[in-house]
Amino acid sequence: MADPIGIEVRNLYKIFGPQAAQLMDAVRNGMTKAELNEKHHHVLGLNDINISMPAGQIQVIMGLSGSGKSTLIRHINRLIDPTAGEVLVGGENVVTMSRDALRDFRRHKTAMVFQKFALLPNRTVLENTCYGLEVQGIPQAKRIAAAMHWLERVGLKGFEKKYPNQLSGGMQQRVGLARALANDAPILLMDEAFSALDPLIRVDMQTILLDLQKEIRKTIVFITHDLDEALRLGDSIAILRDGEIIQQGSSQDIVLRPADPYIESFVREVNRGRVIRADAAMEPATGPLPEVAVEGDCTLEDAGRLMVQSGITRLAVRETATGRTTGTLSMERILAAITQRSPGQP
Amino acid sequence: MDWLTQFPQMDANQLRDIKKTIDEAFRGFTRAYGSDIETLFEPLRVFMVQAERFMTGTPWIIILALIMGVAWLGSRSVKVVLATGATMLLIGYLGMWEDTMKTVSMIFVCTVISIVIGIPLGIAMARWNRMQSIVNPILDVMQTMPSFVYLIPVVMLLGIGKVPGLIAVVIYAMPPVIRLTNLGIRLVDKEMLEAADAFGSSDWQKLKNVQLPLALPTIMAGINQTIMMALAMVVIASMIGVQGLGQPVLRAISNQYFTLGVFNGFAIVGIAIIFDRVSQSFGKRLQKHSEVVHG
Repeated sequence: MADPIGIEVRNLYKIFGPQAAQLMDAVRNGMTKAELNEKHHHVLGLNDINISMPAGQIQVIMGLSGSGKSTLIRHINRLIDPTAGEVLVGGENVVTMSRDALRDFRRHKTAMVFQKFALLPNRTVLENTCYGLEVQGIPQAKRIAAAMHWLERVGLKGFEKKYPNQLSGGMQQRVGLARALANDAPILLMDEAFSALDPLIRVDMQTILLDLQKEIRKTIVFITHDLDEALRLGDSIAILRDGEIIQQGSSQDIVLRPADPYIESFVREVNRGRVIRADAAMEPATGPLPEVAVEGDCTLEDAGRLMVQSGITRLAVRETATGRTTGTLSMERILAAITQRSPGQP
Repeated sequence: MDWLTQFPQMDANQLRDIKKTIDEAFRGFTRAYGSDIETLFEPLRVFMVQAERFMTGTPWIIILALIMGVAWLGSRSVKVVLATGATMLLIGYLGMWEDTMKTVSMIFVCTVISIVIGIPLGIAMARWNRMQSIVNPILDVMQTMPSFVYLIPVVMLLGIGKVPGLIAVVIYAMPPVIRLTNLGIRLVDKEMLEAADAFGSSDWQKLKNVQLPLALPTIMAGINQTIMMALAMVVIASMIGVQGLGQPVLRAISNQYFTLGVFNGFAIVGIAIIFDRVSQSFGKRLQKHSEVVHG
């Protein structure tokens, strides 16, 4: 298994239009997206993006349609060329790579999963899964072995000989996932990978991805427009609007401390009990500690359920890594965290 | 006010001189290079002679079995195979076996040439917009220019015979396969190409694995059209010495032999329908995987 590598996006700009390069200075000096569109009929796709994605973690990029999230992910493997800026992957700048180097980078360092699956209709599931390895020039026996392994891992054993059209959407996307995983690249790019699926299947796929990630430890960049999905999957989350990042942080940061009313309006619809963790809602430990304890990453919903089942109203919270008790969590604290509204909200 | 009632045209003498000069220059070119160009096309002639010799020299029963076998491979339908056999038997019984074989071999050679030249050209057009803007008007000319007009220089250069006839047919029949190859590749889903790029495909891998397979149904439609158009040219080609079903039709026109014309005409229609059904169901079979089984 390839070692995970981090991704560093620095001062990335993308202007769509024929005179993009000439307009770069104006944008650097603060011309807004609206002005650029009005005066020059160019579209500002990405405006000064800076993200540092740590190795082996899931970085979610969330935004509504038109926010530039799909544009951003396509800069990581340079399916789109930036107007200015750097994308550093394991210390190498993707932006300045030659054609050959870029092809090599795409073959060995990244794999991608697409919203509309993008499976070859004339190839069987197995042949589709082999695609990345075939492009790399790996011998057939070896690539079939790898493809079969990953097809089995995503639960598609027995479907190798089927054609994509004979499968449901969820199964097709499992093929897409197996195809990407078979590549054994340290970076996995997922462009709205689960957005085209039914809600229940989507949750299934999220579970599969989280289970796999425990083992594969890849650097995953996951694009979504769904905050619930972002909160469930993301080790860290960046929220994008109109080509700009408006907040970066963990799921706790986003839910408990939304940066502006725009994010607040999203967060309002979130099931807080399933997102907020015990260690984010606890109070410092004082006096005698309760006997029952939970891990810090336990959700409030699970903590509350445990209280009800054990007939208690107070829990100790342990740090997951050290096992040290760091605070206590009471029923009131849980209720306060779940029902809390930021000032100015009804 | 002469120029209002009469279109102001070039001086008649001048015009005549221009025509004369061009004609003479071309005639000079023909005299100088005619035999060289003929040698250039020699392989084509050999190919055609061989194909014809095979079709007419092999015992009819083997050819019939071969044709029915190809029909089976293409269509996998008993109905099509039986209809093919019946049509061929009827054609033979009415005394047109030999001519039909010559026509079929000509169509075969012409289709092979059209595919060999047309598909790479179509790919190049899909790849470079510049290429498309150059080739498209040429294709327009090829398809609309009356065949007799380009027969003149071809006959001047190569004389009467198989090769000039073949060239005339190819010029007329090749455009569909070029156009539809270009179209088919351009219609390939952008997301599929993006996926191929994302996995680091080289241009050749992208063409071989994604563009051509996904464009294949459209390309097949182009080949089908090419065959049909080649058949439509059979009679005109016979005017410059291509043997086959076209020659009896030509004789029937000049002598008003109604029945001879109708028989040979229907023989052309018959083999056209066979070619069409077989190649279409072959194209459809290639598409089997895209039938939506799961909603």
